[in-house]
Amino acid sequence: MDKIIRIKDLIYEYRSEENENVQALKSVSLDVKQGEFLVVIGHNGSGKSTMAKHMNALLLPSGGKVYVNGLDTSEENNVWNIRQTAGMVFQNPDNQIVATIVEEDIAFGPENLGVPPKEIRMRVDEALESVGMSAHRKKGPHLLSGGQKQRIAIAGIIAMRPKCIILDEPTAMLDPSGRKEVLETIRRLNKDEGITVVHITHFMDEAVNADRVIVMEEGNMVLEGNPKEVFAQVDILKKLGLDVPQVTELTSKLIHEGIDLPRDILTVDEMVMHLCQL
Amino acid sequence: MSIIIENLTHIYNPSSPFETVALDNINVEIKAGEFIGLIGHTGSGKSTLTQHLNGLLKPTSGKIIINGFDITKKDVKLREIRQKVGLVFQYPEHQLFEETIYKDIAFGPINLGLSEEEVDYRVKDSMELVGLNFDAVKDRSPFELSGGQRRRVAIAGVLAMRPEVLILDEPTAGLDPKGRDEILDQIKMLHGKYKMTIILVSHSMEDIARLVDRIIVMHRGAVALTGEPRDVFKNVELLENIGLAVPQITYLMKKLKALGKPVRDDVLTIEEAKLEIQNWLRSK
Repeated sequence: MDKIIRIKDLIYEYRSEENENVQALKSVSLDVKQGEFLVVIGHNGSGKSTMAKHMNALLLPSGGKVYVNGLDTSEENNVWNIRQTAGMVFQNPDNQIVATIVEEDIAFGPENLGVPPKEIRMRVDEALESVGMSAHRKKGPHLLSGGQKQRIAIAGIIAMRPKCIILDEPTAMLDPSGRKEVLETIRRLNKDEGITVVHITHFMDEAVNADRVIVMEEGNMVLEGNPKEVFAQVDILKKLGLDVPQVTELTSKLIHEGIDLPRDILTVDEMVMHLCQL
Repeated sequence: MSIIIENLTHIYNPSSPFETVALDNINVEIKAGEFIGLIGHTGSGKSTLTQHLNGLLKPTSGKIIINGFDITKKDVKLREIRQKVGLVFQYPEHQLFEETIYKDIAFGPINLGLSEEEVDYRVKDSMELVGLNFDAVKDRSPFELSGGQRRRVAIAGVLAMRPEVLILDEPTAGLDPKGRDEILDQIKMLHGKYKMTIILVSHSMEDIARLVDRIIVMHRGAVALTGEPRDVFKNVELLENIGLAVPQITYLMKKLKALGKPVRDDVLTIEEAKLEIQNWLRSK
């Protein structure tokens, strides 16, 4: 199975409070490869969360099809399997933790899958290990920091052994060190354990290390490419009301002043290197 | 409108196994009309401090004097404090509850026992301050609005109390860049045009660098550092050690300087960095 998620001509409509038909997604097609690190950016209302919720059958298409691991999400019988394949992590860690002890919280998912107790024990230990939270296993979640709670939420998903994790703005509520913890955890799960990651974010610097970035706007996919290709489009991104990394914006301004730099600089180190070669 | 915080200490769950010193002898003075950025990692004491400033928490010891008025005295009415200091919580739109935007913003002033005309005037005025069109949205439900607009309604509700000090706890969390810039521009305007004293709690070093007059850095319940952004962001190592960072652009300039390039390293904005780099390249 090469493509873990296939989205074909996906349309999603709903009725607003004024009883008008709103198209939140207007025929979007997208494939996510097994093992890929995909970042989705776009401002509020662009359709990025709506699309993400289709990836584990939280929402069902009004038109078009979504396949997760080859399974059609609109078939009710597939939902259970799909949720095991593609797990979802949301913005607010406090809304995702159900138990009063960290390890019990992580066991909740596998327990519901009917996994035998011995196996649950093993999965919980592994999940805690892979998010670096083993030392906190016996703690109450309310004693943890935001970044730690979010790692517990991720561990809860990992314990279900998904092939793919979808994260909907998992760092929006965290401080810089919490953001760093969560990002490093996601990156490691992708690199070391080969888990496919779909990461939805407002923070453009979180997209710098992705394999691919897509930009959503008004229910359409408007840009797609590797981070360098996408962020080189500073003017388009700014027009869409999105940020680019500060060094990328600086590069664009320096180019405008006639200084010879490549357009696709994303990191401080790249910028230093290019400036010193001038 | 100055704020003087004297030897402020707050201990949660005193004399129990869960005793935690959240604020440890804080001494801070904030001048009238100052724009303060309050930073620190989660658990550093920022929220505990801001909650003292509008009387939600009482100090274990120490004093807070706002414009000569000691708000920590025993017999002070909360209503008096709340009229002086407005606090906008994180995700304030979760606290909207009325049927219409008008009613939601009017809720505070009505509770102050103000006349109908005064309430009406304040609602109009506060909506204008946050850039909401009175006629277009006053009768709409707050829940029909976008996240950024809902947040403005919540801020307008606090402004309608006419506070002399406005404290905002991460007012842009969860907003997209456009929504974030809109809210920050409004806050900047409140400071610039109406001379409000503003305390902005934020995790975004970029926003703090660009907006505030002075930064207060909290760590483990104490003030670790305070000063103008330019001076505070010089302390990269200290800030990183306590879970914070400096703007990306500041990192860039520091690296260039460390390599012996003739640039200033206390740069805070992209514009400044551009000029510095242009000057350096021209001088070669």
